[in-house]
Amino acid sequence: MEKGSIELKVGLAEMLKGGVIMDVTTAEQAVIAEEAGAEAVMALERIPADIREDGGIARMSQPAMIKEIQGKVSIPVMAKCRIGHFAEAQILEALGVDFIDESEVLTPADDTNHINKHAFKVPFVCGCRNLGEALRRIGEGAAMIRTKGEAGSGNIVEAVRHMRMVQSQIKELTLLDEEELMAKSKDLGAPYSLVKQVAKLGKLPVPNFAAGGIATPADASLMMQLGAESVFVGSGIFKSEDPAVRAKAIVGAVTYFDDPKKLAEISYGLKEAMKGLDMSEIPADQRMQERGW
Amino acid sequence: MTVGILSLQGAYALHGEILRSMDVSLQYVRYPKDLENCDSLIIPGGESTTISKLLDESGLRQAVLDFAKQRSILGTCAGMILMAKDADDDKVNPLRLIDMKVSRNAYGRQVDSFTTNLEMSLNGSTVSTKGVFIRAPRIISFGQDLEILAKVNDEPVLVKQGLHMASSFHPELSGNNNVHRYFLSLNRKPVST
Repeated sequence: MEKGSIELKVGLAEMLKGGVIMDVTTAEQAVIAEEAGAEAVMALERIPADIREDGGIARMSQPAMIKEIQGKVSIPVMAKCRIGHFAEAQILEALGVDFIDESEVLTPADDTNHINKHAFKVPFVCGCRNLGEALRRIGEGAAMIRTKGEAGSGNIVEAVRHMRMVQSQIKELTLLDEEELMAKSKDLGAPYSLVKQVAKLGKLPVPNFAAGGIATPADASLMMQLGAESVFVGSGIFKSEDPAVRAKAIVGAVTYFDDPKKLAEISYGLKEAMKGLDMSEIPADQRMQERGW
Repeated sequence: MTVGILSLQGAYALHGEILRSMDVSLQYVRYPKDLENCDSLIIPGGESTTISKLLDESGLRQAVLDFAKQRSILGTCAGMILMAKDADDDKVNPLRLIDMKVSRNAYGRQVDSFTTNLEMSLNGSTVSTKGVFIRAPRIISFGQDLEILAKVNDEPVLVKQGLHMASSFHPELSGNNNVHRYFLSLNRKPVST
C-alpha cells in the first residue's frame, strides 16, 4: 500500500476538474460554498481583496480556523502557505488539509526558493504566468497549476493574459523539432524532461486551472473556453452582494461554459459583482503576480 | 454502441480517454437529451456533493433513473456514492440503484489516499489490477443481492447488482481497461423489462 505518491496527488487534481474552488474565511462561508456546489474550499484568513487593502504581512491561516472548516464541510479543504515557507506547509500537512496552495497572495517567505514539494505527502498547487514558471513548479513537485491572474482585483485581464501565454507557449512547443527543445528549455528556464513531455502531450502533465480575477459566470466561462480545466474564485464571491446565488451561478457556468443560452439563464438576476480594480490602480510593486518566479 | 459519461464535474475526460483507446463511441452527458443515444452510462469520480446538486439542477436525476431501468450504469468513487441506496451524509442525495450503504471519505483525508494491488473476479477469471483510492468511499453494509467482484482488506471495493456496477477505486487511473471492458460486456446480455 502506497501513500503520498505523485500519482495520488495528480489523481486528486484530476477529480477536481470541471468545478469551482472557493476562497472562504469562516466556517459559515465554507458551508455556503459547499451548499452552492463548490468542489473544494480554500481556507484563508483574509480574502485577497482585503489583504491588498489592509496591508501588513499575510501568513498561513490559524490551525483552529482550518480545523473548524474541516469539521463543517465534507468537500476537500485547501489552505495557503507562503512561497518558500516549508514549515507552514508542514503544519498544514499535519492538519490534514487536502491540497496546499503555495501562494503569491501571501507575503513570500523566501525570495529565491520555492518549496520542494516532492518532500510532502499532501499535493500542492502553484501559480504561474507562463509555461516556464509552470514547469519549474511542476519540477519541484506541484500536482496542479493555476494561472495567477491578479488576485483580489476582480479584473479578469491578467488571468486571460496568463492563460493565453501558457496555451500559446504549449502550442509553440508542439511545433518544434526535437533538436530545438533543449534551446527552448534554456529559454523557458524549465526542466528539459518536462519540456519534452509537454511538446509530446500538447498540454501540461498536471491539471491547469485558472485563478485571479474571476468575478462573474461569464468570467468563469471565458477562462474555461481559453483552456482552464477548473476555476478558483477568491474575492469574487464573498465581495459581491449575493454570495450564495453568485457561487451557485459560477458553479453552473463552469459545467455549461460553452452554452451561451444556459449562461444567460444562469446570470439572470444576479446583483452587483465586486467593484474591482483597473490594473492602472494597482502599482507594479503591489501586484501579487510578481511574487515568485 | 455508445457509452455516456456523466460530465457535470470531475474526471469524466479520463474515462473518455480509456473508451477512445478501446474504439468505443462516447457521449459526454450534461443534458437529459444526451442520454437518448447512450447504451450505458459511467458516473465518474469527482465531488459527490457537487455532482448530486448538479443532477438536480440539470434535470438529469430523473432521466438517469429512467435510463437505469434498462441500461447499465458504472459509478466510480463519487459515482459509487451516487449509485448507493444510502450514504452516511445527507449532503449527497444518491440515486439508490445499488443496495448498499456507503460512507464518504471513509479512509480519511487526502494524505490517507492510497494505491494497492487487488484482484478482481471478472467473468470467471481472476484479474490483477492497481487500485487507486483517492478520498475513497467505503461500503459499510449491503444487501444479499450484491455481487462482490473485488475486495481490499476483506471489504468490497468493486461490486455489481443486476445491470449496475460500482467501484470505490478509480479504474480510469489503473493503467488498463479491464473494468471498462467488463462493464461493456454487461450491456451485451439480453435485457428483459
